[in-house]
Amino acid sequence: MLKASILVAIGIFCAGTAWCEEGDIALLPSGTDIKNVESLQRGARNFMNYCSGCHSLKYLRYNRMAADLQIPESELPNLMFTSDKAFDGINSAMPGDSEGWFGKQPPDLSLMARARGPDYLYSFLKGFYADKSRIWGVNNLYLQNAAMPHVLYQLQGSQKPVFKNVPDSGGSARMVLTGVEPMTPGAMKPEEYDQFVRDIVNFLDYAAEPIKAKRQSLGVFVMLFLLVFFVLAYLMKKEYWKDVH
Amino acid sequence: MAPAPESADTAKGFIGWIDARFPLTKLWKEQVSEYYAPKNFNFWYYFGVISLVVLVLQLVTGIFLTMNYKPSSSEAFSSIEYIMRDVEWGWLIRYMHSTGASAFFIVIYLHMFRALLYGSHRKPRELLWIFGCLIFLLLMAEAFMGYVLPWGNMSYWGAQVIVSIFSSVPIVGQSLVEWIRGDYYIADATLNRFFALHVAALPLALVFLVIAHLMALHEVGSNNPDGIEIKKHKDPQGHPLDGVPFHPYYTVKDTVGVAAFLLVFCGVIFFAPTFGGLFLEEPNFEPANPLQTPPHIAPVWYFTPYYAMLRAVPSFAGTQIWGVLVLGAAVLVLFFLPWLDRSPVNSIRYRGPIYKVMLAIFVASFITLGVCGLKPPSGIYPMLARVCTVLYFGFFLLMPWYTKYESVKPVPERVTGHA
Amino acid sequence: MSDQVDHSRRRLLTAATVGTGAIGVAFAAVPFLASWQPSARAKALGAPVAVDASKLEAGQMLKVVWRGQAVFVVRRVKAVVDQLGGHNALLSDPNSDDSLQPDYIKASGPARARNPEYWVGLAVCTHLGCSPLGAFEPNNSYQVAGADLGANWPGGFYCPCHGSKYDLSGRVFKGQPAPTNLTVPPYTISADVRIVIGVSDAPKPA
Repeated sequence: MLKASILVAIGIFCAGTAWCEEGDIALLPSGTDIKNVESLQRGARNFMNYCSGCHSLKYLRYNRMAADLQIPESELPNLMFTSDKAFDGINSAMPGDSEGWFGKQPPDLSLMARARGPDYLYSFLKGFYADKSRIWGVNNLYLQNAAMPHVLYQLQGSQKPVFKNVPDSGGSARMVLTGVEPMTPGAMKPEEYDQFVRDIVNFLDYAAEPIKAKRQSLGVFVMLFLLVFFVLAYLMKKEYWKDVH
Repeated sequence: MAPAPESADTAKGFIGWIDARFPLTKLWKEQVSEYYAPKNFNFWYYFGVISLVVLVLQLVTGIFLTMNYKPSSSEAFSSIEYIMRDVEWGWLIRYMHSTGASAFFIVIYLHMFRALLYGSHRKPRELLWIFGCLIFLLLMAEAFMGYVLPWGNMSYWGAQVIVSIFSSVPIVGQSLVEWIRGDYYIADATLNRFFALHVAALPLALVFLVIAHLMALHEVGSNNPDGIEIKKHKDPQGHPLDGVPFHPYYTVKDTVGVAAFLLVFCGVIFFAPTFGGLFLEEPNFEPANPLQTPPHIAPVWYFTPYYAMLRAVPSFAGTQIWGVLVLGAAVLVLFFLPWLDRSPVNSIRYRGPIYKVMLAIFVASFITLGVCGLKPPSGIYPMLARVCTVLYFGFFLLMPWYTKYESVKPVPERVTGHA
Repeated sequence: MSDQVDHSRRRLLTAATVGTGAIGVAFAAVPFLASWQPSARAKALGAPVAVDASKLEAGQMLKVVWRGQAVFVVRRVKAVVDQLGGHNALLSDPNSDDSLQPDYIKASGPARARNPEYWVGLAVCTHLGCSPLGAFEPNNSYQVAGADLGANWPGGFYCPCHGSKYDLSGRVFKGQPAPTNLTVPPYTISADVRIVIGVSDAPKPA
């Protein structure tokens, strides 16, 4: 019993530390809450307005999103910009061979929140900084040489990179990118922008696993049932084993 | 689940009709209601039954997944999302299957550990142990192929790395790898054949081996935490004094064990199905991309001890085959355990201090190897993996000496305590 | 050696545990059985199909696919529609009592349509499922190659597989291999002849 718990604890510990090596720059906590339906609704609107032009969400059907986010079907057309129907997945208008435009086809984002985590997405959307050497004039703190332009530039404003002098093993020093700081303001205040991005990431977290909220609430019921069953089984065992000496 | 015991003469009516044509009551009596098991089974004895439960779970959920899964490189990934989103309750069936795979290995490792604790691999249970090792081997193949099926990026690259291992076989290596893959790279042909093996061939073989495993067990009877032979002392009816009929005593007790297992199992499924990226790995939520390797390729956690050993061995004389041989030896050495163990006693309760220390070191090094396998090969991990590989093999290869010559305690005639 | 076995307690606990376990098994079975229901994709693919039949001329037909089956849309000549009540005696099921159609279709009488000028129905013979041919001209007995439709043919459908004959509302004649009238699916038809097959109510305005 003890050994088993040690095993599990080690496993969890190691799983946790496994990611600390992912990059040298710590991710920002996203603070998402998929039970916050208003946030999900805002996130859906933000996504459709700013992101769906290039990024599809092909595994999420419009009518599924409407049902889960409590959006009436009559308002759904406000969120639909292509010729898709309500039962179709969310496709972008971008043609399928767009490597020529961006150097890389904008990826479908249906599962991105599960592949990279909401904290990464949140940090990424806050991590653009000015870089004249790049084709769109921006680079990203969390994905070096990202092919994506700073779509939310007007809302966030621009940022500039922060470098630190880090001595390396050879005795000389080199400049290492350690963060970003604001350069010119955007249309939104920083807290407003943070919430804007948080809503998008919350929506993407929902989109990656629409059943998550229902899974957790069903889980409570299942655990309670199993607890009752366990107690009954235990009492039954004790009763029968009175025979054994 | 009738609690009343049956006697040989009461079978009549419908059951009697069957009994005249099929040994139903006979089997029930011999294998269950009059099969005497030691009364002192403890916590470690739950894992056999639980692994049977997990096997059934995997078979049932696997069949239902196959109803909607598409085994082609262009459709596989999408079909998993179809199951997760469009198929009613598909998400639950998928999570049961993915959690069940990891649960299978947790349970099997604990089940094997029980054998090391109480000497369940020793005479007359050597064949029982060998069947178990075969099940373990096939289970690893089954799990590996199953992981390729979602055709995520880790599925693809995991398959790429593991299949490439065989290229280090001298002379035939390249042809062998091409033959396994059915193509020049991990492709649709590879996926399709892994699907056939994972869904049909290996489950069949596993079920037969499990039946053989249980038959071998029932032929000699179960071991117990004191490692003594309960058939040595029988009552006037011929039943072991220290035994109890499996039904109702262990059917009832195992129900508790299964209930506890289901509590943990459902806790994971409903609240942490990815289990922090250990049960469902993050790179696998992106489709297979031959042009982009995930930052850290690691097999699923249950393979990482062996993966660490593979990586720990450097290449000699221009070939990497040594690591492959060590990997193979790490699994194959298990088969020889009944003959490596020369102790006069079965159970750790009566063995000397050396075995206890060696076993503790073995467990610690196996777990550490697992951690090393999860991490990238830098820092202290490569050296740690090498040390632990030596310790792992030391446990087995030195066993003929330290088990033969260590001082042991006297073994009691009758079992101490009961469940 | 042992205490008195409390049999009633044992029975109670066994019943309680087994009962709870059985309920658990029933709950656990639900996801597996329910997974056989049409998935969201099946429902999407089986979604209502819209057809614009405004360009059809009298005596013309078009076919669309809905839920994997062919659906006829036939524009009927008014004279023929008016005569539809006249040959009920020749039909197996003139009032569609045994046949499949929405209530509003049955209530529409011999016309079997929401708009009597256009007939909508499944192009699936109720005998063994072949696709019937159109034979819309009255009195033209040989309009379908190789088949004699008989004198006083009122216009309708003819199934080439086993010779079943239906009138222009899809109602089967007596003595045919087919037992019932052609099935009519739920549909709506607008004033400008836009037909949506698969729904019974017109969509609410946005």
